[in-house]
Amino acid sequence: MHLTRLALTDFRSYATADLHLEPGVTSFTGANGQGKTNLVEAVGYVATLASHRVATDAPLVRSGADRAIVRAGVTSAERACLVEIEINPARANRARLNRAPVQRPRQILGTLRAVLFAPEDLSLVKGDPGERRRYIDDLLVQSAPRYAGVRSDYDRVVRQRTALLKSARSRPPGNRPMLGALEAWDEQLVRIGAELMAGRLELVGALRPLAVKSYATVSGDECAVEITYRPALRDKAEPGCDRDQLEASLREALIEARGAEIDRGVCLIGPHRDELELRIGQLPARGYASHGESWSLALALRLAGYELLRSAGEDPVLLLDDVFAELDGQRRERLATMAAAAEQVLVTAAVPADLPAGLGAARFDVADGVITRAR
Amino acid sequence: MYEGVIQDLIDELGRLPGVGPKGAQRIAFYLLAADPEDVRRLASTLVEVTERVRFCRTCGNVAEQEECRICRDPRRELSVICVVEEPKDVAAVEKMREYRGRYHVLGGAISPIEGVGPEDLRIKELMVRLADGTVTELILAMDPNLEGEATATYLARLVKPMGLRVTRPASGLPVGGDLEYADEITLGRAFEGRRLLDV
Repeated sequence: MHLTRLALTDFRSYATADLHLEPGVTSFTGANGQGKTNLVEAVGYVATLASHRVATDAPLVRSGADRAIVRAGVTSAERACLVEIEINPARANRARLNRAPVQRPRQILGTLRAVLFAPEDLSLVKGDPGERRRYIDDLLVQSAPRYAGVRSDYDRVVRQRTALLKSARSRPPGNRPMLGALEAWDEQLVRIGAELMAGRLELVGALRPLAVKSYATVSGDECAVEITYRPALRDKAEPGCDRDQLEASLREALIEARGAEIDRGVCLIGPHRDELELRIGQLPARGYASHGESWSLALALRLAGYELLRSAGEDPVLLLDDVFAELDGQRRERLATMAAAAEQVLVTAAVPADLPAGLGAARFDVADGVITRAR
Repeated sequence: MYEGVIQDLIDELGRLPGVGPKGAQRIAFYLLAADPEDVRRLASTLVEVTERVRFCRTCGNVAEQEECRICRDPRRELSVICVVEEPKDVAAVEKMREYRGRYHVLGGAISPIEGVGPEDLRIKELMVRLADGTVTELILAMDPNLEGEATATYLARLVKPMGLRVTRPASGLPVGGDLEYADEITLGRAFEGRRLLDV
């Protein structure tokens, strides 16, 4: 699929902007702080209903305005759609699909599919395990929406179980009814936890060869990168995707951890504590990889996600925010070759010289919130 | 803000479930304009409800006497108990007109976040009813959400030594609906729970 149009009203630094886009590579160049990333962010918002930079909607609205509007024309193999989202920081957001209002903005998800890589993604490698779990879960939901339900159910189980463990700490030991309730919640954690873990394991299995390939492309380094899903279970080996086995291992681990969980009043076992382990060569990426390596690996993970979604359906739109400046000449060329094969890529760069010559891009200049097509 | 008693009425109405400040105001002014006789009847019904309605000592359903209508009915089977969360769930199951057993209303579901544990539900009363061996089947018809599931698991484990038949209603796609109208999450989960069609 590809975007044919992007129009903004009072979004970030833009009072108004209206762009016509074509398949292939389109680049946006301009000095820092001129509004390049805001464009990419707006496209990302249409695809995910969230910004990759901020957790709340308020910063997305231009200061002084009371709402922002993003309109995106999307052409897929099936049809052409116009998606409109009104971002209201004080009230519920509203959305329209082909001029018809939808009940909930959530219903427009999937109309535009996009994969975004931005400098913030360095935290995929350097940040907490939670960043990597979110990366897998986001991909999981994009490839099978059922997991949105599994994920929110699982979060709730952990919250309920934590509340129970906390209240258990304040009671005298040997309180039987409390333990009975805990066992009932164990069973929910086991059932939904195993479902989530099975999904993640299957996804990581499919992602692995793609990540290896993407890393080789980006880094030019044949040095093997490894991604492994490590559950917070005693057993250090990566388990299979079999739900019954996962349930059995979780159940066993919960019994072992019972004392420690009650002492500390937190859920210590389950997919909310699992880790996606990243290794470059023999060493764990987190803490050992250089800045350049970390950066290449983060980009490789996003590109692998892109390939994964692509293999399951239509090409998503690829958004690369400020990537080329970080890469040397050879790597730029290789990434440009890869980008050229995608249906549509939007790229931002501070100076045109950062863009590889072979990119053959339609180019826009961005200066002070004004976008002009470069000749 | 309105003067004295009108504002009091709006505040009282606003505390009701499903009524917001605007709705409370609308109802208050409707009552002011309505026939005083109608309003008096509403007020006396409210008073009557609080005085007359209590909870069945056996099953916990709403009742006007010591026991509810269902527990008093000799035609109801004694061997089956359907466990539900709230009295309104009894009404829902009754609409089916097919269930001939009795009920047990727990008064909620286990939810540690809200501070509701098994000891806050009418579980002890249920165990007393099960003690004499008359009941042979327990239908756990708690809501199909996490708290309902946890409560069902808790009860199933608790009564396991008694050797009862313990069942839980099926969940999935709504019957008689169109597949195309199910949202992707419901549909995905119904597919997860698909069953073998043995012909």
